[in-house]
Amino acid sequence: MNELKTMSEQVPQSAERRRFVGAAAAVAGLTVVPGVMLYEVANARPEDQPASSAVRWGMLVDATRCASGCSDCVSACSTENGWTPVAQSEHPRQAPQWIRKLQLEDPLTQAQINLPMLCQHCAEPPCVDVCPTGASFKRADGIVLVNRHTCIGCRYCMMACPYKARSLVHEPLNDTQKPDVPRGMGCVEACTFCVQKVDRGDGTTACAEACAAAGHNAILFGDLNDPESEISKRLRELPTKQVRADLKLNLGVRYHGI
Amino acid sequence: MASITFREVEGSSLKYWLLFGALGLFVLFGALAWNHMHHYGHVVTGMDNQIVWGLPHVFAVFLIVAASGALNVASIASVFNKPMYKPLAPLSAILALALLAGGLLVLVLDLGRSDRLIVAMTNFNLKSMFTWNVFLYSGFFVLVGIYLWTMLDRSVKSWTKTAGTAAFLWRLILTTGTGSLFGFLISRELYGTGLLAPMFIIMSFAYGLAIYLMVLAAAYAWTGRPLGDAVMLRLKTLLAVFVAAVLYFVAVHHGTNLYFTKAHAVEAFILRDGGAITSLFWVGQILIGCVLPLVILLTALGRQRSWLMIACALVILGGIAQMYVTIIGAQAYPLDMFPGFKASSSFFDGEVHPYSPSTPELFLGLGGVAVALLMTTFAVKVLRLLPVSLDDATVAKLEQH
Repeated sequence: MNELKTMSEQVPQSAERRRFVGAAAAVAGLTVVPGVMLYEVANARPEDQPASSAVRWGMLVDATRCASGCSDCVSACSTENGWTPVAQSEHPRQAPQWIRKLQLEDPLTQAQINLPMLCQHCAEPPCVDVCPTGASFKRADGIVLVNRHTCIGCRYCMMACPYKARSLVHEPLNDTQKPDVPRGMGCVEACTFCVQKVDRGDGTTACAEACAAAGHNAILFGDLNDPESEISKRLRELPTKQVRADLKLNLGVRYHGI
Repeated sequence: MASITFREVEGSSLKYWLLFGALGLFVLFGALAWNHMHHYGHVVTGMDNQIVWGLPHVFAVFLIVAASGALNVASIASVFNKPMYKPLAPLSAILALALLAGGLLVLVLDLGRSDRLIVAMTNFNLKSMFTWNVFLYSGFFVLVGIYLWTMLDRSVKSWTKTAGTAAFLWRLILTTGTGSLFGFLISRELYGTGLLAPMFIIMSFAYGLAIYLMVLAAAYAWTGRPLGDAVMLRLKTLLAVFVAAVLYFVAVHHGTNLYFTKAHAVEAFILRDGGAITSLFWVGQILIGCVLPLVILLTALGRQRSWLMIACALVILGGIAQMYVTIIGAQAYPLDMFPGFKASSSFFDGEVHPYSPSTPELFLGLGGVAVALLMTTFAVKVLRLLPVSLDDATVAKLEQH
């Protein structure tokens, strides 16, 4: 089996360079062929442009590479998005967990599988269906988010999610909040595919970066709509599954080795 | 048609004000409980990211379901033209409004952001069953309000049947909506079935009638107005039919699941291994809520007023147990994301989730009950809702016409 490439190999090195290239391409694209431009610089979307459905962000998790006992992806998510790690929480049952390590065991064979579980960013998300105010929504590029301004904390989305991916903020937040990751007591939240990083043009997520840094390369993030993207190529090679595929929700996260 | 005199209750006795004050106290406790939860967040409740809907939802959904059922007595009078029920109709309508108000209050005060109620009223997602319920509840208030008006104002009396029919049809849709809040959830084994909608309707018939009977008997006993056995015995038989129907639906629901291998584990949890949930199912929902009331209602015991009241109280307690099992039980059982595998995680995957309701949750729920009863207590004082007499002779005259 081929090694998954690390994320640092897939994206440009410098943020300034990315922005410059993105802006230059945007100007050129707008003047020449707008449609093509949107597609080509999808990784560095200018702030004044809406997300494009030409892109569909997705994730490939290779459970055969996910190491038992490693939770670097969880720590990285917590650091990037400013939620308190469950081990440090005074109320672990009520603490939000945007991503968690799941250990699976086949009772018959004792075969074990490790994998990160997070919002699956469904194309047909039940949380969006049931949300009374429309606070739960799916962006054009496939990222499922919660609008902090219109979430009323009814938790119907948590009842509806088949993946237990969402958390309610049960208590006042401490000062670990990040300026580009708004949170709030009484609102529901979940994995955002590091939307702040995606919109900056990083082209990856904190969990994928951490997994690559640890040398496991079990998480690959990218554009499912781009046939030339690394994730699309890998998905063509590896057999993958969707969790609870019977629900036909068309998930943005695909697992290999489950 | 024999005329029936409706009159306000005087409501000046010490007993009236004691009742008013006691209910008011529970409303106050409910308000304090909400304030506590709103200030500190849901961390002060027994709810967590596993059991996301707790005791307040049990009370809220019970009251909302009972509200539509309480309207039934009025519907029998206006829609099905049973003259004996006509004098009973105004109380039925006001009780329906009061129970719905109490239930909705609990529901909205349990929101993570109850201060954002205006958002819920101005932002709608029409694919959400919750949004549909917002419209159904609002419509219920309007239609039952109009219906009550046609019953109280002689100048619009000719519209009673029309308004009553509209309210009746609306209440069927409303309870379909309440049942579908759960029926439309795909992720949990005990939900995701169309059966929940008609089941909630039949549950509403039973709960609503039990509450109606207790309120009616209390109102007549405490005001010293005569209430004959004819009325009570007729309603008693009706209650027995409703309770038996609830039992039937519960049997069909679990029977179907027991046939499907994939649902065996969750059924084993509810019916055998679920600890408190299992006890609440067998002792609360089945024994207290269905079997004992049926024994009382279908034997000679049910002809005694006090036993009838006990049966009603049991139906109500059993109903709350049924809601608890339906709402908490389904969440307590872990989601089966990887069938055939045993799952574990820091997020409590693969484990049965414990739940202990906190004091604020209990008082928020009881506050909703108190609001409903307080509204009813106040309404019978200011509106002509109760006939001066419902003795057997008066009722017999109605039957003859």
